[in-house]
Formats: sequence, C-alpha cells, structure tokens
Amino acid sequence: MTTRYDAIVIGAGHNGLTNAAYLAKGGLDVLVVEKNDYIGGAAVSRELHEGWIYSNCSYVCSLLRQSIHRDLDLTRHGLMIVPYAGTTNFSRNGDYIAEYTDQAMRYREVRRHSLRDADAMVRYETDLMRYAKLIRHFLLRTPADPTSFKPRDLAELVFMGKKFAGMGAEQVYEFIRFMTMSAGDFLDEYFENELVKALFSTSSIIGTALGVYSPGTAYVLLHHVMGDVDGAVGAWGLARGGMGAISNAIAGALREHGGEIRTGAPVQQIIVRNGRAVGVALDNGEEIRADIVVSNLDPKRTFTVIMDRNDIPADLRKKAEHFKIRGSSGKVNIALTGAPDFPSLPAGHPLRHGSFQFLDTMERMERAYDDWKHGRWSEDPFIEMTQSSMWDPTLAAPGHYFVSCFIQYCPAAVQGGWTPAKRDAFGKTVIDQICNYSPNFRDLIAHMEVRTPYEIEHEIGLTEGNIFQGELTIDQLMFNRPFPGYSQYRGPVKGMYLCGSGTHPGGGVSSACGANSAREILRDLRRPNVVPEDDVDE
Amino acid sequence: MSKPLDAIIIGAGHNGLVCAAHLARAGRQVLVLEAASQPGGLGATREFAPGFRASVAHTLPQFGRKLVADLALENHGFRLAASALPTVALCPDGSGHITIADGTLSGACAADTAAYKAYQALLQKFAKAINPFWHKRPPVLGSGGLRDAATLGLFGWNLRTLGKTDLREMMRMIALPARDLMDEYFHSPLLKAALSWDANVGSKLAPRSPNNAVIALLYRMSGDLTGGLPLASGGTGGLMDALAKAACANGAGLRLDSPVAKVVVEQGRAVGVALASGELIRAQKIVSNADPKTSFFQLLGARHLDIQFTHRIRRLRTDGYVAKLHLALDRLPTFTGLAYPGGRLLLAPTMQFIENAYDEAKYGGYARRLPMEVLLPSLQDDRLAPAGQHVLSALVQYAPYTVNGGWDAQRKDFLDNAVASLAQYAPDIRDCIVASELLTPTDLEQQFGLTGGHWHHGEFALDNWWMNRPTYGASQYRTPVSGFYLCGAGSHPGGGIMGAAGSNAAAAILEER
Repeated sequence: MTTRYDAIVIGAGHNGLTNAAYLAKGGLDVLVVEKNDYIGGAAVSRELHEGWIYSNCSYVCSLLRQSIHRDLDLTRHGLMIVPYAGTTNFSRNGDYIAEYTDQAMRYREVRRHSLRDADAMVRYETDLMRYAKLIRHFLLRTPADPTSFKPRDLAELVFMGKKFAGMGAEQVYEFIRFMTMSAGDFLDEYFENELVKALFSTSSIIGTALGVYSPGTAYVLLHHVMGDVDGAVGAWGLARGGMGAISNAIAGALREHGGEIRTGAPVQQIIVRNGRAVGVALDNGEEIRADIVVSNLDPKRTFTVIMDRNDIPADLRKKAEHFKIRGSSGKVNIALTGAPDFPSLPAGHPLRHGSFQFLDTMERMERAYDDWKHGRWSEDPFIEMTQSSMWDPTLAAPGHYFVSCFIQYCPAAVQGGWTPAKRDAFGKTVIDQICNYSPNFRDLIAHMEVRTPYEIEHEIGLTEGNIFQGELTIDQLMFNRPFPGYSQYRGPVKGMYLCGSGTHPGGGVSSACGANSAREILRDLRRPNVVPEDDVDE
Repeated sequence: MSKPLDAIIIGAGHNGLVCAAHLARAGRQVLVLEAASQPGGLGATREFAPGFRASVAHTLPQFGRKLVADLALENHGFRLAASALPTVALCPDGSGHITIADGTLSGACAADTAAYKAYQALLQKFAKAINPFWHKRPPVLGSGGLRDAATLGLFGWNLRTLGKTDLREMMRMIALPARDLMDEYFHSPLLKAALSWDANVGSKLAPRSPNNAVIALLYRMSGDLTGGLPLASGGTGGLMDALAKAACANGAGLRLDSPVAKVVVEQGRAVGVALASGELIRAQKIVSNADPKTSFFQLLGARHLDIQFTHRIRRLRTDGYVAKLHLALDRLPTFTGLAYPGGRLLLAPTMQFIENAYDEAKYGGYARRLPMEVLLPSLQDDRLAPAGQHVLSALVQYAPYTVNGGWDAQRKDFLDNAVASLAQYAPDIRDCIVASELLTPTDLEQQFGLTGGHWHHGEFALDNWWMNRPTYGASQYRTPVSGFYLCGAGSHPGGGIMGAAGSNAAAAILEER
C-alpha cells in the first residue's frame, strides 16, 4: 500500500509538530509520523500513576517563541503558560538563597548574604540581559553560512554584524569573552559569596556534559535566560496541564490547517531515489511517499540510523558519528500524597511554591561533573526540583502533588551498562539527597518514575538521552549546528530537511528549529513564507 | 646621563629585550632595567646546583627566523644546540613508545600514522593562515581606523582562502577540546595524550576543556627556526644573552640588579621610573615587560586608571598551574625501553590521566602521579652540566598556585610525587639525583615577578586572546595612561619564547612620532 503526501515529518516532538503546522499552513499536505503511541516527544504530559499527570521529560517553559505562540493561536488550542514563584537554593547549613521573581525582593535576598554581591547582581543581570537581547534577534532566523558568497548569506552576515555593532565596541569585546569563557570564571568576576555563585551557576550546566569551570558554559547560562514568559525576558513558566499542553496545542493548530498525525508508526528509513528523498519506510514495511521528508530526530540518529550510508556523503556520516550528543542528565518524577516539609523555609512562606535546588558551592557541582567524567552518577547530585502542581491544579488531586526532579549529572553509559537495579539505585541517591533537606519527603511518595539517559534515549529517541539533541558548544552552535555546511536545515539530498533541536537555535522547547526549517522548505518550494519573525525587544 | 632617554623598558625578559633592540635600532635612546642579576627572565639559564644549569623555558617552538635575522642574533652568539628534537610519548611499561619526528610517527599503528599526516597537514594549513597575525597589532573594533579595518579584512580574507571545506572544518575545530579532536583522528591512547599535551600545557585547562586547545596548538606551530622543536645552545639563556647583546649593540643600555619600584606619573602621563634604590630616571616612554597585573597595580598604581579598566585587569586569570623541576644527575638515567633519551619525553599514558591530574588541581590538590614533559638538555649541550653528568628539565602538571596547605608545606611531597612519577619510566632515577630544584608557581612569582606564577602572564584562552589580550583599551600595547606601554606576554600574542609581543610593541611605539 502506498499513500502520498507533500511532506512527511518524522517525529511528533514539539519541533516536528511546529514544522508540520507551518508546512500545512503554507498549503502543503502534511503527515507527521511518530513511533510512540502518544505525541509530544520530550514535551509531553502522561498519567503514569492514576490521578497524577507527569511532565516526565521537559518540565518548564521559557524559550517557546511568543510570536509562534500567537501566530499559531496556541492559546485557543489550549496552551496557557503560568509563571512560577522563584527558585530557592538550599544550603547544607540550613540557610537558603532565593531567586525571587520580584527584583527588589531578589536584591534584598542576595544582600542578606552579601551586600557587595547584591550590588554586583544589578550589573550581572544588566550584562546578561544585554546578551540575551542580542541573541534573541537570531533565534527565528536561519544562520548565515560564513563560507558562502551568496547575497542572502552576505545579507544575513551584515544583519548580524549590525546587531553586534549596535551594542557598542566595548560590549562587543565583552560579548566575545563571554561566549568563550566558563560560567565559573564569569560568575567569579561578579560575585564573592559561594551560595550566590552556586545559585546562578546552575543554569550553565543543565543538560550539558561540561562542568561550571569548563570554557563555553557561560553561553549555556545565556541559553537559559534568553526566553521569556509573556514578554518578561529571562522568566520561566509552567505549561498548564504539563508540557504536553504545548505539543497538544501545536498539534491542534496543525490539524486545523489540515495536517495529519500517525502515532505508533516508527520509521525505519528515509527512502532516497536518484539523490532525492521520496518518502519513508515504516518498521512494518509500509512505504509512504512524499516530495519532502523532514527529520525531527537528532542529527546523529537521522544520519546514522534512518538514512542509509550509501545515500549520504561519507564526510557527513563521519560528522554525524562525531556529533557530540552526550547524555548528562537524569529525571526523577514523583507523585506525592502531601506537601513536603522543608524546615529551612517556614510553612506558608511564598517560596514553598517555587522550585528548589540543593547546592551551596560551585565546587559541589564541579565534583558532580568529575563523577560523570568517570562514568558514574554523582553521590552528591545536583537536583532541580520543580513543584509543578503547586501552580497547576490540573496535575494532581487537591492535597496531592507532582514534583519533577532534574538531575545533573547522570552518564549515558555506566560500567557494565544500565540495569533496572542501577536505575533504582540512581533514584535512591536522588531521594536521599532530597531527604537531607526534607525529612518527610520519602514518606509522601506514592509513585516515582526514574529516568536515566538510557530510558530517555529508549523512550523518546534522544541519542544518549541528551536533552538538547546535541551539546551547546561553539563547535555545534549557530552556523556550526549541527555541522558546518548543514546549518540551514537542508539535508544532504534534495527534499530532505532537519527540524529538530539539533539545529539552530538548539534545544529548550522553543519551536524555533521547526519554524525556521519550515521557512526554508517553503522557500525551496517557492511558496510564500508563513513563518513569523521573532518579536523585537524594545 | 648625556642624552634624555626616549624609553625605559622595565624588565629584561625576552620581550623587553626584543622591544629594546628594535627601538634602539631605530635610533631611540633606550634603557632596560632588570631586577635580576642576569637578563632573560624565564628564559635565563641559571645555575641551580654547582655546575648544573637550566632554563625555566626550555624549548623554542615559537621563535622565528625573521627575528634572528633582523637582530643579527647569530652575530651575537645565538646558536642552536639541537634543531629538531623528536617528541617521544613514553609507554609506562617501556614496550611501545611512540616517536614524533620530522612530521611522521614511528611506533604507532598504520591507521594512526596515516591519520597523523592528514591531521598535521590540516593544522599546518590553519597555522599558515593565521601566522601573520601573531606579528601584527590586534585590530580595534569600531575605531574607524584604516589599519584596524585592513587587519580585520585580511584576517577574514586569509580564512576565506582556505576554501569552503577547510574553513568549515576550522570553524568547528577551533572550539573543540583536545580530547574530542584526538578522538576524531586517532586510536592510540598514548598518542592522543601526547598530541593533546601542547594544547593545554601552561594553562588551567585539560583535554576535556573546550574552546582553547586548537588555538594553542596553532600558536605552538608559529615558529620557524627549524621544522621541529629547537633548543638554544647554552640553554634558552644563550638566546637571552644574544638578545641582550643585540640590544646593547644597537645602543640600548641594560642595567641589572635594578628593580623598579614605581612608574612616575605627572599630570596623567608616565614620565619616568623610581628604582627600589630611590633613584629616579626620566624618559619619554615607559614600557613594561611585566605582566599586566604587576604593570598596572604595582608599577603604575590603580589610582591612575578608571575603575572599569582596573576591573578588567583584576579579572585576568593569572594563577599558574605548572611547576618546573630541575634535577642534577650524576649519570644518565635509563628510561625503560628507550635506548637514548635525547628527545622531548612526554610522561602521560592517557588523556584521562592528564584530566585526573587536572581534577585534583582544580580543588587545590595535586595528583600522586603527575603528567610531565621531560628534557635532558645536557645531552645536546655539554656546557649545562659537568662532564659525564646531566641535567633533567621537566614541566610538571598540575601544580595549583593556591595549593591546599601552602607550598612551603607541600613542596617536599610534590617533589616526591614528581620523582616517583619519573621513576615509573626511569627506575634508576633516584640513584642518579645529586641535587634538585622545584619551582612551584609561587616560586616563579617570587623569583621572576610573575603574578600567580603564570608563564603566559595570564591564561592563553579565546576569551583573553587577540583583541581581548590583555583587555581592550590596552590590546595595542598602548594603555589608558599616555606614555605607558606594555610589551610582555600578557599582550598579544602571548607567552612562549617568541618575542612577537616585544616587536609588535616596538612597532606601535615607533609609529607614534
């Protein structure tokens, strides 16, 4: 049996759905094929224990482009992003430091630890925001190819140059430094207090197989503040109904434009004939034809698993094999039958509703990274615990809670391979760590799901369980993402494209990769562009 | 003093001497003031035990023929003791050493030998594209100046002429950690460790550290004295003496044992220096070969600078992570499985071994077994040790400047670890040692006036490179205080015995009148 579409998108993650939605909006007959029985990829909500809805992969939202949110009318399709209370970072000595969302509160809180750092924080935030506003210009744009003399690439380079120059000479120098240095060195320049540094350092390594003192992590810090919630740049929010609400809303827009989704349909291979992609072959032998095939899978999986070695250039295969997509994070999702007690924070304190971290020095984080280097999960892991249901009553019954714990570092491979026993031991390490700060936590657990990179890879299809579909290092950013010469979403054969987070601007549930890719596809088909530009900050 | 001085150079390190020689050759009245009793700074050859001499900087991979010719250094006694030392990656059990000589490998598998040719050819191509820029003043962005625009334009053009494929590869490769680069090309863990050495040595970086490895490798490839790793006759001090003679022959004055206490500033302009002895010497221009922190905070004084600028200097990362070990040996030690230890010996079996040593140092400790670069320069140059006896000169990583407990307490233990690390490869080493000198970063700081004991006067890394070295506002050898200049390794292009910072600084100064 052969069916035929204008375009097939492989993988119903949020970028695949976004890509398909824009292709459909552009007038194409689109099909999304998804291996799992549910859509969403890593932006998903699942009832894994009766009565509790889990955001079991990605768990918070900020990078989702507002212009896409508006353009696809995602609110009407059920998406609501709720900002949450700040992050509290607990210290071993019973103290804490909180990153209040309110600026004055934040200042007072940091001043409690160091007057000098409270003042430095104003400079720090101003500098970081300046870089964030610069980089926000480039998220919904296709990177220029610096080796090309095509008018379009040259124009894009000029656009980039102008935005840079607009910062003023002094800031250009500062930005060049910032982009190449480590978060640890960067923070050391501003702050003196260990707890303050620890609080700010955590965004620099989330999902990243590097330590806070590895050069290049300052950029990762920026990657985590370049988003916004309702225009508040740097803020983070929760999707009401869990992260699956994002995927579902985009799927709603896709269907409204006439697109189709088939779940439970794993793709075995992209079919290439005479140097053109002509469709996909499913695991069950079925072939679906299309002029355009778009892969939402990570670049490594795309070019080493679902494309035949003989269909792609040898050097591309090599690049894909060398692509850095290192798993460094785990996830423990927990259903609780009551609110956990954190003695450091008095009951009723507004921070009780925010997210929690347990880190008092950058050194502890660096040591956790050292463990990862040696192929073991840290006995003193960094945990970011998001109490999603505090702000979203749809996730659990009254009095019940869902918390999502993100853990850094957890290796993709441990000695002898991951086994259920090792996975559970990893989960126990995480719970033990939380119980150091919340004595009654263990007693409240109704159910928990432990996900090492192994589970993330095998369920979601992210190679090595890397949450960004590839490390966010300079050799894999902008015109280098995923590889130099392939950064404009086009694959090695005609009609084949990439649209996943492995492309510019990278992971973090932004929808930008999918949208940028759709713009390039429509351009190749000489169809009018329907993909919005990014919002311009005032 | 008969004629008023045009310039005073603070510090007779190689960059100070090169700068002085160039200024003097152009007819300027120059005086070089040196705190030590011999010129050369880290390049000086010093007697560390009776009859045994060694230099902290022990090889000359970055020195160029042009400088040798320009300053007629050969007329002033500069000779090479060895033109192209091979690098030998020592295998701990002595069975499978890998030798790198004349651009080829021996002792490695066929695949690695072939890969090395391709790797070396590509790096050489990249090195050639950026080589001219080591010897040019970094451009200033947004200056509107024609020269700055031309330098930037030429930089872009040189990269473009690499061709699409190679330029794309360079854009990606330039940010790779040494470990990823090596894993992409090679199989042998020993070879990978050896080739990653030059990417990280001297910095607070290890094989897994991104962004700085390739630029450091290209920097190490910037010299052209020979096709390999050269050694100066008489130790590196032989070159230093030639530089000093060249400077003096051109008319520069050199005063040793004359530490400078302060730069004298009048009405916002540097007008002279005050020696520690109290003597005051005036000159039109004051050029500092000291590191930026020493130059701006100790010699000049922060009160002459705006707060943003001092902040940018203060944040320079100047903690050294390398110790220097000199051993006086009464005979040649036997390295297991190595007939003749006449090369640069690398003692690091795997990149992980180097990484582990780095991880200890991050937290103020040091490893029990230390990665080392070992040279026996007396094999090439018999003037460095009494007849039949030998000098061993080693770079030992990683030795954190701020060591837990302090270096006074840790010195002996660290030395024991270093010797034990050597003994794994040369079991009889302990029996040969008659004297030793261990220079920790603290020693380097105290004896050579280097803040943090950092060889490069500040990390050599992309965030502190080219236009950002040492920081903008001082990246063209001029500083915010008129009449005050930098000419040391803290400026572009950086450390290593190269002399480019000195000659670039001289060019900038000469252009001013």
